[in-house]
Amino acid sequence: MQFSEAWLRSLVNPALDTAQLAHAVTMAGLEVEALAPAAPPFNNVVVAEILSAEKHPDADRLRVCQVDVGEATPVTIVCGAPNAAAGLKVPCARPGAKLPGIEIKVAKVRGVESFGMLCSTRELGLEGAADGLMVLPDDAPVGEDFRTWLNLDDTLITLKLTPNRADCLSMQGLAREIGAITGAEVRLPQIAGVESRIQDTLPVQVSAADACPLYLGRVVRGINAQATTPRWMAERLERGGIRPLLAPVDITNYVLLELGQPMHAFALTRLNGGIEVRLARAGETLELLNGQTVELAPDMLVIADAGGPVALAGIMGGQPTSVERFTVDVFLEAAFFAPAAIAGRARRLGLSTDSSHRFERGVDFGATRQAMERATRLLIDICGGQPGPITGSVAALPQRQPIALRLARLERVAGIELDAGRVAHDLAALGMQVDRQADRLIVTPPSFRFDLAIEEDLIEEAVRLFGYDNIPAQPPAAPSRMLPQDETVLADDTLRQMLVDLDYQEVITYSFVDPAWETALDARARPLPLANPLASQLSAMRTTLWGGLIETLRHNLNRQQVRVRIFELGRVYTSQAEQPMKLGGLAYGDALPEQWGAPSRRVDFFDIKGDLERLFGQALDTRRGAHPALHPGQSAKLWADGRAIGWIGVLHPGLVQAFDLPAAPVLFELDSRVLAQRRLPRHATLSRFPLVRRDLAFVLDAGTPSGELLAALREAGAGGVRSIDVFDDYRGKGVAENQKSLAIRVVMQDTERTLTDQEVEDAVQMLVDAALRQCNASLRA
Amino acid sequence: MRNPNEIVADALNAIHTCPDLPSLEQVKAAYLGKSGQLTELLKSLGAMPAEARKTAGARINEAKQAVEAALKSRRDALQQAELDRQLAAETLDVTLPGRGAGRGGLHPVSKTLSRIQALFRSIGFEVATGPEIETDFYNFTALNIPEDHPARAMHDTFYLQSGELLRTHTSPVQVRYMETHQPPLRIIAPGRVYRCDSDVTHTPMFHQIEGLWVDENVSFAGLKGVLADFMRNFFERDDLPVRFRPSFFPFTEPSAEMDIGCVMCGGDGCRVCSHTGWLEVLGCGMVHPNVFRHVDIDTERFVGFAFGLGVERLAMLRYGVDDLRLFFENDLRFLKQFN
Repeated sequence: MQFSEAWLRSLVNPALDTAQLAHAVTMAGLEVEALAPAAPPFNNVVVAEILSAEKHPDADRLRVCQVDVGEATPVTIVCGAPNAAAGLKVPCARPGAKLPGIEIKVAKVRGVESFGMLCSTRELGLEGAADGLMVLPDDAPVGEDFRTWLNLDDTLITLKLTPNRADCLSMQGLAREIGAITGAEVRLPQIAGVESRIQDTLPVQVSAADACPLYLGRVVRGINAQATTPRWMAERLERGGIRPLLAPVDITNYVLLELGQPMHAFALTRLNGGIEVRLARAGETLELLNGQTVELAPDMLVIADAGGPVALAGIMGGQPTSVERFTVDVFLEAAFFAPAAIAGRARRLGLSTDSSHRFERGVDFGATRQAMERATRLLIDICGGQPGPITGSVAALPQRQPIALRLARLERVAGIELDAGRVAHDLAALGMQVDRQADRLIVTPPSFRFDLAIEEDLIEEAVRLFGYDNIPAQPPAAPSRMLPQDETVLADDTLRQMLVDLDYQEVITYSFVDPAWETALDARARPLPLANPLASQLSAMRTTLWGGLIETLRHNLNRQQVRVRIFELGRVYTSQAEQPMKLGGLAYGDALPEQWGAPSRRVDFFDIKGDLERLFGQALDTRRGAHPALHPGQSAKLWADGRAIGWIGVLHPGLVQAFDLPAAPVLFELDSRVLAQRRLPRHATLSRFPLVRRDLAFVLDAGTPSGELLAALREAGAGGVRSIDVFDDYRGKGVAENQKSLAIRVVMQDTERTLTDQEVEDAVQMLVDAALRQCNASLRA
Repeated sequence: MRNPNEIVADALNAIHTCPDLPSLEQVKAAYLGKSGQLTELLKSLGAMPAEARKTAGARINEAKQAVEAALKSRRDALQQAELDRQLAAETLDVTLPGRGAGRGGLHPVSKTLSRIQALFRSIGFEVATGPEIETDFYNFTALNIPEDHPARAMHDTFYLQSGELLRTHTSPVQVRYMETHQPPLRIIAPGRVYRCDSDVTHTPMFHQIEGLWVDENVSFAGLKGVLADFMRNFFERDDLPVRFRPSFFPFTEPSAEMDIGCVMCGGDGCRVCSHTGWLEVLGCGMVHPNVFRHVDIDTERFVGFAFGLGVERLAMLRYGVDDLRLFFENDLRFLKQFN
C-alpha cells in the first residue's frame, strides 16, 4: 500500500516528523517498506508564462524568450527547447535556484543575457523525464512557487501490510489506526447523502446472498465522462500508485483509496436488462477490462445481465460494459462480497487487483453506503449528471460477537501486567466497543476488523499498542533436565565431521533435479514430478544423490579444479512416506593432493572402500552386484545387518561419456541411518597367553572373490582363531594362468591357556579343508 | 725393562692419531691387551726383587691409567664425531610440506545449522525432524492456514503431481511433534524448505530452523528473552541491539518479526540493511490456540511460543556472503573458504 503523506496528514497529523511517524507505524505492526520524496529536492522554481519567443540572433537552435514570472516586468531567458513558444506555461528556475545536479546563475548565452532557465521534467528530476519544456495547464498560477503549487514537498509512504489488516488498505483506515497508535486527533471525511434527482433504477437480483450479503446500486444519468479529473485527485491517485485514466474511473479508484471500498461503474446502456449477482455457470467466459478473456469456474461470483456475466465480482469489471469517453449514463456498484467467495479466484486466473486484494481480506460492510454517497457526490461535482436513488439488497452480514479479554490471561501471555484502563482505552481507540468488568473486558470489534474473533486476537492488539519493546526480555525458568544422548547412534554432525577428516568437502545440492539425470543413472528410476517446477532441469524429486554430485563435479571441472572429493548428507524422495536420509560421495582425480612426497596416482575403488571402512569402523560387507550406473566389474553392493544399504563403484564408462567427463569418478551412496548405528563398546578379558600367527597362501581360481574364501575360513569353526585377514593378492610367475594366490594371516590365541602345537596344527588343517571344500583353494606348494 | 714413560708416550701418540674406533681398539690391544706392551711389562715384575717390584709396579699402573684415560677420551671424541656425521647426513629440509591425505570441510550452511543447534541445545532444546514432502494438512491447515487464506499466497508452494507439496516452512514439524509428545516440550526443527521463487535474493530451496517451547509459564517476555539471548550468542555480540515488531502469521498470535541491529554497518545504514540500520532475521509469536486445538493441547493450561529463522540469511550475515545463490552452486573455491 503506497500513499501520500500529505493526504494522510490531512486526516491525522501527529506531532512527529516523517521518520518518526514511519518508526511509530512500523513498531505498531504496519511495516514501512519505503519512504520516497514526491520530487527530488530543488528550489526557486516558479510557474511562468512565455510571452514571446524570438530566434536568437547568433544561434539557430536557441530562442530568446520574454517570460512572465509574476513580477512587474518580464525577464529575458535564452532557451534551447524546441517546444518553447509564446503562450505556454512552464516551470522556470530563477537565478540562484538549485536543481538536481545544476545551479542556475545569470549568464550570457551567445551574447544574450539570460535570467534563469525554463525547465523540462528531466531537469527537475520528475516522473516522465521527457525532454522539451514541461507544459503546465492553462490555469497554472503564474508566479506561484512550483513546489507549493504541485504539493511536491510530500513523501510517498509504502507499507508492507500483513494480510490480517485489510482495514489499513485505505486512508480512512490508516488514519484511524495512526490515531490509535499516536493519540493524535483523527478527522475522517464527512460524507453527506446525495438526494436523488431522477427516479431511474436498475433491477438487481442477488441469487448468491451468502457470497454477496450487501449490494448497492445507483443510476446516474447525463454525466460528462471526459471531464477533467481535478488535479488534487489525480495527484493523490498517482501518489497512491494508480494512474488517472478517465474521470468516472478515477472517482471510483479514489473512493477505493480513501475509504477502502472497491466500486465499479458500468455503462448503463451497455447492460442488457437488470443484473443478477450469481455464481458463474460452467462454460461461461468474460472479456475483462484488461483485455484478457477468462473462462469462469462455478465457484466464481459474477455480476450478470440477461446476456451473461458482465463483471467478475470483487475482482474486475468486463470490457464490453465498461465506462468509456462517450458514456453518458452509468450504474454505480458498491457491494460487500464475502472474503471466502472471492479468496483465491483471482490468483487462479493469474490476476491480482486492488479490488480482489481488499475483498479477499475483508471490506468494511458498515461503510458501503457511505462509499456510494461519496462516489456519487464526486461524480456529480466533477462530471455532472442526475443521480437516481440507491437501491440495494441486504442479507445476513457478518456478525461481530462480544469477546471476553481476561486480564489475568493477558498478563500470563504477555509476561507482564498491563494496566486495564490503558488496555480499554487503546482498544476503544481502535474502534472497539469496550465494556470494562472486574477481571475482564468485554470487547465488540467494529465492522472493519475481520481479524478479531477470539481472546488471543485482543491480546495481540493490547500488547501491540502497549509496544512490544516495552515488554521485558526474560527467558522462561525451566527445570534443569539433561537431554538424552544415545551413544549407539552417531549424530549427523559427527558423521559429517568424519567425512571432512577423510578429505571430503560437503556440498548441498537441490532436492529437485533434471529427470533426465535420474533416468540416465538408472533407467528404472521413476522420480516424483513437480506439478509447477521452475524449470525442466529442476522438475523432479531426486531418488539418488549422484545426479547432484556429478553435476557439482562438472561445475568444478569447468572451473579448473582437477581433484574433487565431495559428499552430501540429504534426503532422497520416493514418496511422501519414503524420504530416507542418504550419504552420497564422489571422488575424482588424484588419490592424494598433489605433493612432493608421494607419487601421483588416480583414486580408485579401494581408496573409497577404505574411506567407507574407516567410516564404519569395521570391515565393510561388500558383495558383487550390478548397478546400471556403475562399472560392472568395479562396483559392489554394501550390506549391513543382513540387508543391502547402498552402493560403491566406479561410474560406468557409458555415463562418463554421456556426462562428458574426462575420466571416471568413484561414487558411493548409502543409508545414513544404518551407517550411524554403533555398538556400545563392551570390554572382554585380555588374554595373558601368547598368540600364534600362521600365514597360509592359498591358490584358487582368479575369479573367486577373496571375501568368499575369508567367509569360508571364518565359518570353519577352527578353535582358538581370533582373526583371519588377507594380506596379499598375487598373480603371475609361479601361479598358473587364471589362478591367484591369496596370502592369509591367521591369528590364534586362547584366554585360558597356551595353545599346544597340536591344537594349532588341527586348527590350520580345518581351515585348509574348508578352503578346499568351499572355494577349491589349495595351499600353495 | 723398558721405561713405562716411553711406552706411554708411544701409546698416547698412537691414540691421538687413531682415525676411527676400530683402529683405536687395535691400539688398545697393542698396549693393554693380553700380550700388549704394558701387560708384558707387568708380567716381567715377577722376576724383580720385592723392593724394586713395588716401585716398578706403581709406575706401570700409573702408565696403564694414563693410557686408559687417553683411550676413553679418544673414544668419546671419535663417537661424538661419528654421531655428528650421522646427524648431518640425516638432516631434512624441514620447511618442505608434510605428507599425506588432505582434509575436506563443511558447507557454510551446515556449519551455521550446527552452530544454531548447539546454542539451542545448550538451553535444553531437543532436535526434531519431519518430512520435506508434506501434505496440505500439516503444511497449512493444521497451522491455521485454511484453503484460500491470503497467507497461502505468500508461500509460493511447489506441488507434486501426486497432490502433495514440498513444505514451505519447517513449521509442520511443530504439529507432527505435538501429535506424539505431551508438554512441557522444547524443540528445534532444522531442515530444507521450498518456495517457488528464484532471483537474486531467493533460491527455490533453502533452510529454516523452527523452534517451539510449550509449558505452563511461557510468555511473550520469555520469547523475547530466548531469542535476544540467541542472537547475541550467535553473533558473539553482547551489545547487539534487537527489536520486536508486531506482524502476522496464522499460526502464532501475538506474532512478531525480530530485527537485529545491522551487523554489517553497526546500525549506521548500508546496502545490506537498506539503510535502515536494522535487519529482519526471524518471525515468531505465541502459538495460536487453533494449532494447539489440532493436537489436543489444553490451551488454558499451556502457553507456547514458536519461531522460524532462515539459516542462509544468518550464514550470510555471519560470514559476509553477499550472494545467496553461491550456497547452492557448490563451487569448491567458495566452499573451501569456510574450512
